[in-house]
Amino acid sequence: MRKSVLIEEKLARASLWLAVILTLGILFLILFHIISQGIFGINWEFLTQAPKKMGKEGGVLPAIVGTVYLVAVALAVATPIGVMAGIYLTEYTRKGKLVSTIRFFTETLAGIPSIVFGLFGFLFFVIFLEWGWSIISGGLTVAFMILPTIVRTTEEAIKSVPQSYREGSLALGATRWQTVYKIVLPSALPGIVTGIILGIGRVVGETAAVYLTAGTSGFIIPSSVWDPARTLSVHLFVLASEGISFEKAYATAAVLIMLIFVINFMANKLMNLMIKRRRGAEC
Amino acid sequence: MNNKLRNWWEKIIEKALLASAAAAVLVVLLISVFIFAQGWPVIQKYGLGHFLFNLEWKPLAYPVQFGILPMIVGSFLVTFGAIILGVPLGVGCAVFLAEFAPKWVIKIVRPGIELLAGIPSVVYGFWGLMVLVPLIQQHLGGRGMSVLAASIVLAIMILPTVINISEDSIRAVPREYKEGSFALGATHWQTIKKVILPAARSGILTAVVLGMGRAVGETMAVILVAGNATVIPGSMLDMVRTLTAHIAIEMGYAAGEHSQALFAAGMVLFVVIMILNSMVLLIPKRVGDDR
Repeated sequence: MRKSVLIEEKLARASLWLAVILTLGILFLILFHIISQGIFGINWEFLTQAPKKMGKEGGVLPAIVGTVYLVAVALAVATPIGVMAGIYLTEYTRKGKLVSTIRFFTETLAGIPSIVFGLFGFLFFVIFLEWGWSIISGGLTVAFMILPTIVRTTEEAIKSVPQSYREGSLALGATRWQTVYKIVLPSALPGIVTGIILGIGRVVGETAAVYLTAGTSGFIIPSSVWDPARTLSVHLFVLASEGISFEKAYATAAVLIMLIFVINFMANKLMNLMIKRRRGAEC
Repeated sequence: MNNKLRNWWEKIIEKALLASAAAAVLVVLLISVFIFAQGWPVIQKYGLGHFLFNLEWKPLAYPVQFGILPMIVGSFLVTFGAIILGVPLGVGCAVFLAEFAPKWVIKIVRPGIELLAGIPSVVYGFWGLMVLVPLIQQHLGGRGMSVLAASIVLAIMILPTVINISEDSIRAVPREYKEGSFALGATHWQTIKKVILPAARSGILTAVVLGMGRAVGETMAVILVAGNATVIPGSMLDMVRTLTAHIAIEMGYAAGEHSQALFAAGMVLFVVIMILNSMVLLIPKRVGDDR
């Protein structure tokens, strides 16, 4: 083999290694920086108190409660619609003009920038329906944002259920819906739950849309979904962009990263469970 | 349950499922109608040219100026920067993961990429503000908040999209292609360069376009590191304001025509994203389809 070819081969391999090391390195640098700066700001008071002096002091409890509320509203709306849409697109019709139109719009929805969702939510929920800046306005806006994720993961999960399961059920005289409800959905459940968890991650991380629809009030704990609220991400944004307190911002960012750790860990565990089940079914 | 009732129930269920599936269509239409209805009057009043090609944004002056050209250029610049930095790195990772990586490396890298995708965008922005901005300010000059800082933050943020989609498309290249190349005496890298990457190019292109969509649409992370001046930046170290940042910053206090002009900016953003999405659809899907 010519020498130049060998050298190119080695160089190429080295730079590909470098690409991966660089990517992981950046990730590690970011995580290390945020957590090392923020971890000492996290204590019991930080997690259980309201912010004081615009957020310079105190904690993030209202933002934590706001985040939980927002996730709950978004999931309550997006999960049933998303899962049912996923069932329709896989179990009832897989081809045809209607399905391709629905797919196109679902993809489009997934691509719309969060700030556009924010504008829409502001116009529709906050102004047009006169709900004001509130958890319900913000929650419904982010529900639309995570809908495509849930539809897609449901589709994938349902497609991975072996055909023989359905045939067995239908052969026993079950109707289509009985088969879906009693056989397909339970088998696809870990995949569907993975999608829901990914949706939670997206809601937790969302800032722009929530900022425009749920407001930024974050000093009192919201008592109902009609109250305005601030999520952890919005809280971090306000602290950082207005330069209120970088110390508190680091601590908030560290809390967010740890939340994402937990969410990803759970999603991974469920994904593995699904893969194992599928293998079990093939044997 | 008797048969008639059961059939009736099945039909109801099917209709309910169809209605849920159609929800996405309804939501997209609702979003378009509301944003266009709110943004269109101001475009009609001042003209599309005034809006798109005017360098001045003075919503409170007399006469008012609603030029969003600096923001359009700004969005383009940071997106372009993110693609230049992020795509080679991302595609490199994808090739490595699909072709060279030992199993133990994949076991470390994949959760890493998932984490990278999961970290909230505002955390990236905050990191950029605290680490990148001072770094640029000290070593390259300027105020630190710049096109460069925004491009780097966005490049990191689009990595998971670029890596995942490129890797899938590289893995989808039929094994025979690779084996044929090896049988002709090509090395592994020659095979990647001459056979695998060309065969996977539609997928990689999709990854790039989706990455662009993500970069164009990102808002809060960019606000924190871009400086947000409403002028066209003269260099990579100058401050810049993107369309998304523009909307988020001014929406809080805008009223009347000013607010409508921001919705019109949202319209422009929406149209750009629609064009990018349609481009993805136009890219031939499978290897060999484009021949």
